[in-house]
Amino acid sequence: MQMLSSTQSETVGRILTEFKDRPGPLLEVLHAIQAALGHVPPGAVGLVADALNLSRADVHGVITFYHHFRTTPPGKHTVQVCRAESCQAVGGEALAQHARVRLGIDFHERTADGKFSLDPVYCLGNCACSPAVMIDGQLHGRVSPQRLDALLAEADTEEHRR
Amino acid sequence: MTANAVRPADRAAATRATTVFVPGDAGALSLGAEAVCLAIGAQAARRGLDVRLVRNGSRGAYWLEPLVEVVSGQGRIAYGPVSAADVPGLFDAGWLEGGAHALRVGDVETLPWFASQQRLTFERVGRIDPLSVADYVAHGGYQGLRRALALSPQSVVEAVTRSGLRGRGGAAFPTGIKWQTVLDQQASQKYVTCNADEGDSGTFSDRMLMEGDPFSLIEGMTIAAVATGATRGYIYLRAEYPHAHRILTGAIAGARAARYLGADVMGSGKRFDLEVRLGAGAYICGEETSMLESLEGRRGEVRVRPPLPAVKGLFGCPTIVNNVITLSTVPAILRHGADVYAGYGMGKSRGTLPIQLAGNIKRGGLVERAFGLTLRELLYEYGGGSASGRPIRAVQIGGPLGAYVPAAQFDTLVDYEALAGIGAMLGHGGIVAFDDSVDMARMARYAMEFCALESCGKCTPCRIGSTRGVELVERILAGEDPQRHVAKLEELCEVMVQGSLCGLGGMAPFPVQSALRHFREDFLART
Repeated sequence: MQMLSSTQSETVGRILTEFKDRPGPLLEVLHAIQAALGHVPPGAVGLVADALNLSRADVHGVITFYHHFRTTPPGKHTVQVCRAESCQAVGGEALAQHARVRLGIDFHERTADGKFSLDPVYCLGNCACSPAVMIDGQLHGRVSPQRLDALLAEADTEEHRR
Repeated sequence: MTANAVRPADRAAATRATTVFVPGDAGALSLGAEAVCLAIGAQAARRGLDVRLVRNGSRGAYWLEPLVEVVSGQGRIAYGPVSAADVPGLFDAGWLEGGAHALRVGDVETLPWFASQQRLTFERVGRIDPLSVADYVAHGGYQGLRRALALSPQSVVEAVTRSGLRGRGGAAFPTGIKWQTVLDQQASQKYVTCNADEGDSGTFSDRMLMEGDPFSLIEGMTIAAVATGATRGYIYLRAEYPHAHRILTGAIAGARAARYLGADVMGSGKRFDLEVRLGAGAYICGEETSMLESLEGRRGEVRVRPPLPAVKGLFGCPTIVNNVITLSTVPAILRHGADVYAGYGMGKSRGTLPIQLAGNIKRGGLVERAFGLTLRELLYEYGGGSASGRPIRAVQIGGPLGAYVPAAQFDTLVDYEALAGIGAMLGHGGIVAFDDSVDMARMARYAMEFCALESCGKCTPCRIGSTRGVELVERILAGEDPQRHVAKLEELCEVMVQGSLCGLGGMAPFPVQSALRHFREDFLART
């Protein structure tokens, strides 16, 4: 298992100090780690388990149970395409296929240049404006394949500006 | 909610300003509301006009979003759908005085679509600044809690029971009975939890409510606490709702600062405080016992009942678990009276339901009406038919575990029992429309796929059955001995319905069975 860098373990330690005395803190801790590091590195499992008096299996079990937690770093931009019924009713599957082809990756993967990761999501609560996509936490409605191309290009340009 | 939003505290400085409402609702933002808001601010500054921008919730008319409302001398005049590019032209047309323009909708509340609704739970959504306690109170907020504090806990529970309110999350269990059980428990700690894990496709009323009127949820939870002796509350919010998370967090801080939460709620000497906990993308956590496991920081595996959560819930203590809409409706019941609320609806479905129209529908959005209108009325009068202009072939009601209802049954009433009577269920009130291009065998495969993906794995019928279900539908789709595989699929559905531990495995077959019942040709006539 890959070791955490010293800044990573410092971050995890700080989060554990902040959350460990709250009731039922594990999900809160994992959310905070993912928010800070972009993912929950496998190297953090032991630290979390020790601080919360849980077994490593408990922590691993929770990380793998929830779709939201990732154990590898995401792309610079995370693209979530809704695959649920309401979006399917208005071309959601074609949009999902377009996203795969356009990015050249499948769901749960990251582009080779590390720019984008593509994830499925099962409902973004924007069903009156289907199909829906979320890019870096920004929600988009009535997304056509052309509109998705424009949004991805926009995210890419922002990257260059930064 | 944005840098240029002006809070009511600044109202004195803004008295001469024209108030302009630009929704901060996630759905409106998904259609460009943020850019519209920025454009209005920029244009107003350029023209030297004094504009006070308020980020309201959505009225629920999503085909008109971003729907901007201007408080002009002519009243509150709406324009929509507005894009950032339309903004200079709207100023040219004198929209701050309600001027004529191609996008002018007029007063939203006089549109037949809105005027014919019966908005009790959604009374304030879209009308007020969701983060202003003062605005909330000015629109009837906290009158319900004030009344509840003047009553005995038993009387509050009785009012909720008498109102006939049933759980709006989908299970439709009488809310008052659940509360009575918690009230009757002797315990040093009780909890009120709100299930805001709105995972059903086609539903968004929880999100709209939390983004458009979060104080009604906070007030509802506080009333639940006062009625049962709970002192702590949790809102279990799905991680897919970052906008709702920001607004709820802000509203809770606002309620605390104004002493509507904390050690001395409204000067009553009663303590109640609450916090938001985020889910992590597991559909099963919308099931109440699984949600409690998740709140405790564990895998969201369902618990065997009994004991009921009302007896032994969060951290082993008596716990109320109610949906967002259920809790947000309670203030209106206390404020207007249980009998007034019970005066709406039909049979055992009392009150109103915020119904969500989604999928392939021309006018998607939120319609709150008393129980008892027909699906046809909803789909054609409110919804305007399909977005594609083709006939609506089927609707799925109640999320991914809900049955598909064919066009021949569109005269069915929206009512818990009437829908159960045709083998469907109302659930959380989401209706997803499909036109005649839908392949129902593919939808059946999706239902099984979704169950396989989201199964918590605790019981075999759900964990294994759903995977076998996908395989069977795959064979049917490939035209491989469809008669035999359809028979097997029906048998498998029966096993899952009868043998699963909770509603996920127990109901995932409903869309499959209904597709087989009403659209058998899609399964048998494959080439």
